[in-house]
Amino acid sequence: MKFTTAHQSLRFSRRMLLLGGAQAAFGTLLLSRLGYLSIKQNEHYRLLSEDNRVQMIVVPPRRGWLVDRHNVPLAINRSDFRIDIIPDQLENPTQTLRLLASLLDLDPDQVDRIIKELKAARGFQPVQVAENVPYEKYAAVTVRLPELPGVQPQRGFSRFYPTGPAVAHLLGYVGTASAEEYEKTKDPLFLIPGFKIGKQGLEKTLEPYLRGTPGGQRVEVTARGQLVKELDPQPDRSGQTVKLTIDGGLQEYAARRMADHSGALVAMDIATGDMLAYVSMPAFDPNSFSKGIGQTEWRMLSEDDHIPLLNKVAQGLYPSGSTIKPAMALAFLKQGIDPNRRVHCAGGYQIGNRYFRCDAVHGSMDMHSAVERSCNTYFWAMGLVTDPAKTTEMVHYLGFGEKFDLPIPSQRYGTMPNPEWLKKKYDREWQGYDSANTSIGQGYVLVNPMQLAVMPARMASGKLLQPSLLLGGKRKPAPDLDVDPTHLEIVRKAMSAVVNGRGTAVASKLPLEGILMAGKTGTAQVFRLGSRGHQSNWALRDHALFIAFAPADKPRYAIGCIIEHGGFGAATAAPIVRDSMTYLFDKQKAWDALAPVEAQLGGTLAERTERRAEEFARIARANLAAKATAGGGQ
Amino acid sequence: MIGSAMIPVPLARLPWRLIWLVALICTIGVVTLYSAAGGSLSPWALKQAIVIFAFSIMAVGISYIPEHFVKQMIFPTYVVILILLIVVEMVGFVGKGAQRWVDLGFIRLQPSEFMKPAIVLTLARFYDLLPAADVKRWRGLWPAALLVLVPWALILVQPDLGTATMVLVGGVTVIFLAGLPMWYFLSAAGAVAAALPIAFAMMHDYQRKRVLIFMDPEADPLGAGYHITQSKIAIGSGGIWGKGYLNGSQSHLKYLPEGHTDFVFATFVEEWGLVGGALLIVAFGAIVLWGMRVANRAKTRFAQLAAAGLTTTIFFYVSVNLMMVMGLAPVVGIPLPLVSYGGSAVMTVMICLGLLMGFERQQRTKTSLS
Repeated sequence: MKFTTAHQSLRFSRRMLLLGGAQAAFGTLLLSRLGYLSIKQNEHYRLLSEDNRVQMIVVPPRRGWLVDRHNVPLAINRSDFRIDIIPDQLENPTQTLRLLASLLDLDPDQVDRIIKELKAARGFQPVQVAENVPYEKYAAVTVRLPELPGVQPQRGFSRFYPTGPAVAHLLGYVGTASAEEYEKTKDPLFLIPGFKIGKQGLEKTLEPYLRGTPGGQRVEVTARGQLVKELDPQPDRSGQTVKLTIDGGLQEYAARRMADHSGALVAMDIATGDMLAYVSMPAFDPNSFSKGIGQTEWRMLSEDDHIPLLNKVAQGLYPSGSTIKPAMALAFLKQGIDPNRRVHCAGGYQIGNRYFRCDAVHGSMDMHSAVERSCNTYFWAMGLVTDPAKTTEMVHYLGFGEKFDLPIPSQRYGTMPNPEWLKKKYDREWQGYDSANTSIGQGYVLVNPMQLAVMPARMASGKLLQPSLLLGGKRKPAPDLDVDPTHLEIVRKAMSAVVNGRGTAVASKLPLEGILMAGKTGTAQVFRLGSRGHQSNWALRDHALFIAFAPADKPRYAIGCIIEHGGFGAATAAPIVRDSMTYLFDKQKAWDALAPVEAQLGGTLAERTERRAEEFARIARANLAAKATAGGGQ
Repeated sequence: MIGSAMIPVPLARLPWRLIWLVALICTIGVVTLYSAAGGSLSPWALKQAIVIFAFSIMAVGISYIPEHFVKQMIFPTYVVILILLIVVEMVGFVGKGAQRWVDLGFIRLQPSEFMKPAIVLTLARFYDLLPAADVKRWRGLWPAALLVLVPWALILVQPDLGTATMVLVGGVTVIFLAGLPMWYFLSAAGAVAAALPIAFAMMHDYQRKRVLIFMDPEADPLGAGYHITQSKIAIGSGGIWGKGYLNGSQSHLKYLPEGHTDFVFATFVEEWGLVGGALLIVAFGAIVLWGMRVANRAKTRFAQLAAAGLTTTIFFYVSVNLMMVMGLAPVVGIPLPLVSYGGSAVMTVMICLGLLMGFERQQRTKTSLS
């Protein structure tokens, strides 16, 4: 069939209809899409558009204080000066940075960091140039401000710990939130220059109380982050002040009294279980961390063999040595051992095919004299005639190897071994020598310094005390110990004799009229084969331990102390405990005792910390100069 | 100079319905550009008003060109534009830069812009000359295909996917209306569908990215998907009545990119809401309807095909831009004619409208005379 003009015309009309229909369909589609977006999705997009428009400029809250039981501040905020740059207002970045670098003495690394952060910055969010700027430099910048558009000098706050290292391990320190911490929480606060969060210790665990709520200025901003106008502001709320059970004075005293020893001391109030001192020495200066610790300082701290970065109270584990003996004695009594039963100490004891050597030839010993004189033979013998499961259970009940509910990150609890534990852990039966080792606090026994304070506190009070660090809130009174009070009396008398009779710590009597201290020394073997106590190499010497409570007749305070590689417990740990205990009853006498110790060391803790900081700074400068010359030579 | 009796006649002969629609749309455009500049005549609104004014005069002028003159001139014009396309391509190639425009002082034009109406007219002329019997034959297809594909390819390699597509679609519309067998189109559609993956592989990276982002704009909210996302936010947040004139936060705070050019519709709807947007769409629809009527009533085959093709070109301009802005099509860079800032689209559409008015005038005068 021939395709004619008529056909053509008809086909045109039909196809026009088709085309017109398609166009109408498209029009309908467009209209319904428009309706869908602006009616059905309106709510959704309105929120998104508001989200775009309104931004918060976060105003960081002031961190809450940490105070001791008498409201003496342990951690406060000190006003400091800081310099930030608002990238959006920066006009001549190169020139501005050059001038700032010369005014503030910035080193090339810092300038590099600032340039990098400026490149990544978005609009109104400030980039930190320097914090903790000394007033003179701050003033120098302020004066030149007209030449420095975009530079914002500000007063900020930095965390300050008045007693420095004395509270380092208890309170921890604060630092800038890391990238991972931001990723986890997406908290915009973490991006504010100069904003610090708790990184260790109570600063970390009490973070929710201490941080407070940020305030904010709601602002309208453009896509490029330019501020258009300010909307309603929201005030910030400072963090709460947290009151600790710590006695700040005692804390500082004990830290200073520990001198250059490496060790830990925990003191408790027997009436409540309040921890009065929580000392781990040597320590870093937490103030250095608030400012941002230098590389040199960090390296020196991590390389120190006294491990100042380790919280020895929470994480140090030590054999208890003879400090276990009072608890052992109590365990024996409970199992029906007559306190008058005598054991002859000929300087050692044969168990199986091994001869265990005692410290001395003590002769005939009963329970009282065995504790007083710390005779191992007696405890070996009694350990062998009692049920090890029941004995270890009692010692554990008194605190060794126990977990305490305290707001301290990463604690270690140690081990109080028992037959069941041994079976599970090492798959073997409990042997006589296990009883022997355990009876004198060696072998598998590992305790932390808190347990060294909890044990005498429980024995002195007769109550199952729980240690606590936070004051406030009602506490349940501790239940009585499931122990015969007459048994406790026997042990307390023996412990009193350790200090006040013919015992191992008679040199550490309290220099106070009418107040007697009861205690028990401990010497924990570090190096098995070494001859005890006479090592010239510090790292191989025995640990010195001492546990105590006072007054012996009406106990109020308990202290546990360990001095790493301190030799005999009586030689180093006991005097430190004695003076710390003295502080609780007569501060002046205690300070008098401290003066010669510090004089010998060449200054107070604060003075020594300052000297060390200067030393760090000097080394850091020397390193930097060396690096600069090396870099220049390339 | 002008006799009082003379004035009403030529004025009365103007297609006033169309003129009011165009005036409405242009007003919307200028008003929106004023807002997009944060309530200022500069840099866009005033310039756009002048450009629109100049081109409307031109459109009226074009409407007086007789059909036979258009017919005579169309093939030479087509060839000239083709040569221009090649020349700018070569200059751009030699200069290692993409110089694809001709500077007319107040407007910079790409030759490809002229190709949009020219291809429609050329094909209309071709089928006008082609005997009816040949329409179903091979010779009814290949010259037309060549006429479309050569400029299409030239524009595609510039690269300007948007304009190339417009030229292709305009040409295909005329070929379709010319009455070529339906199976051509169905099989071509099938072939295109099959070839899409290959085309995708041959695309430039940025083009491919746009297509991918179109499929899932939220995948890259700050990158290439940003345009679509922000545009949808602007339109959606306007609601029924809009945020009020000069109150569009998306456009004023510059969250909406290209709020004065390709995404001007979003700027407008944010402030005038569904009501304003619908009004604009309906106005464009009315123009298209008017153009299709002109095609329907046209007496000559050339006028029929040309009018329908030109109308469809306008239709495509509008619908592709709106689909893009509302997230129904990938971002290809086609402005909303008469509303978006920039003279090119205004010029193309005014040329189309001028020619359409010419066809319409002819119908009226002929009917009134017969």
